[in-house]
Amino acid sequence: MTGLPPFEQVLDRYGADVWRFAAAQAGPAHADDIFQETMLAALAGYPQLRKPDSVKSWLFRIAARKAVDAARTRSRAPVPVAEIDAAAAVSAPPDLPEEELWAQVRALPPKQRQAVALRIVLDLPYDEIAAAMATSVAAARRNVHEALKTLRMEVAP
Amino acid sequence: MTLDEHLARLRTQLAGKAADQGLLDVAYTGLDSPLGPLTLAATPLGLVRVAFDNEPLEDVLGDLARKVSPRILRAPGRLDEARRELDDYFAGRRIIFDLPLDWALTSGFRREVLHATARIPYAATSTYGQVAAAAGRPKAYRAAGTALATNPIPIVVPCHRVRPASGGAGRYRGGEARKLQLLRLEAQEMPSA
Repeated sequence: MTGLPPFEQVLDRYGADVWRFAAAQAGPAHADDIFQETMLAALAGYPQLRKPDSVKSWLFRIAARKAVDAARTRSRAPVPVAEIDAAAAVSAPPDLPEEELWAQVRALPPKQRQAVALRIVLDLPYDEIAAAMATSVAAARRNVHEALKTLRMEVAP
Repeated sequence: MTLDEHLARLRTQLAGKAADQGLLDVAYTGLDSPLGPLTLAATPLGLVRVAFDNEPLEDVLGDLARKVSPRILRAPGRLDEARRELDDYFAGRRIIFDLPLDWALTSGFRREVLHATARIPYAATSTYGQVAAAAGRPKAYRAAGTALATNPIPIVVPCHRVRPASGGAGRYRGGEARKLQLLRLEAQEMPSA
């Protein structure tokens, strides 16, 4: 029987990717909160996770959900970015080397934005993107395809 | 600030939140000691594991994940008191550990043997037969030896104070040299407090 690895190892392996994914969805200013919400929810459910092999897709399904929740909360109570209290953050979010690309990603329609981040940042297959977003596989492909077209990137077959 | 540094801070913050929400089942940290680097782990009940560096950290944490809970994070805060008391002990300033312990990694007769061992005073020694008797099975000195060689909380539960009646230091989870080092430490005269 392969048991679940210590959660510290999950953070080692996927922590940076979860943060990058959150930043791609909501911008670096909101990535910290999404990261914490995701990891706390993951910790809560972790001992019940049946398949240790599925930790990665399970974790990013939670992250995708938390990013959507965060966007909903923001749309109900919009806060201009300039007014966000920088002192409340543990530290200034780092500059991402690909910042320009992610700014373009964040400008995409929500479904495309989520799908393309799951595909590019996390390298999830289309069936898992569909599962994470509760869409059909065909819709997942279409979302990624449209996003990539907008980003003027080469579309992988 | 790099993403790695930023994430390190986020993880520190996460450990605090997880503990507040009752989601941190096992917290661990490292401690430098005269016996080499130690790993300390605690549950909300108390200190559950002390490991020497002859056991790989991955094995120590993997064992805790299987036997206690996989909700394990590096979180030094919960171990602050244990670190302080161990530092004092190694400096010769402390002869009794006043720490809550979690015996989750041991059970049955082995746990009884370790309870008996925990009562042996500083600088005193006992034999495998004596702790077996104290645990209720005077003839089970071999089983007592196994219990002590697999003590999950060495140093704090002082299995180094138990020696074979035939002489010598006897087995020790951290190796015989460390057992002798602890016995020498305790044989020194305490500086007047």
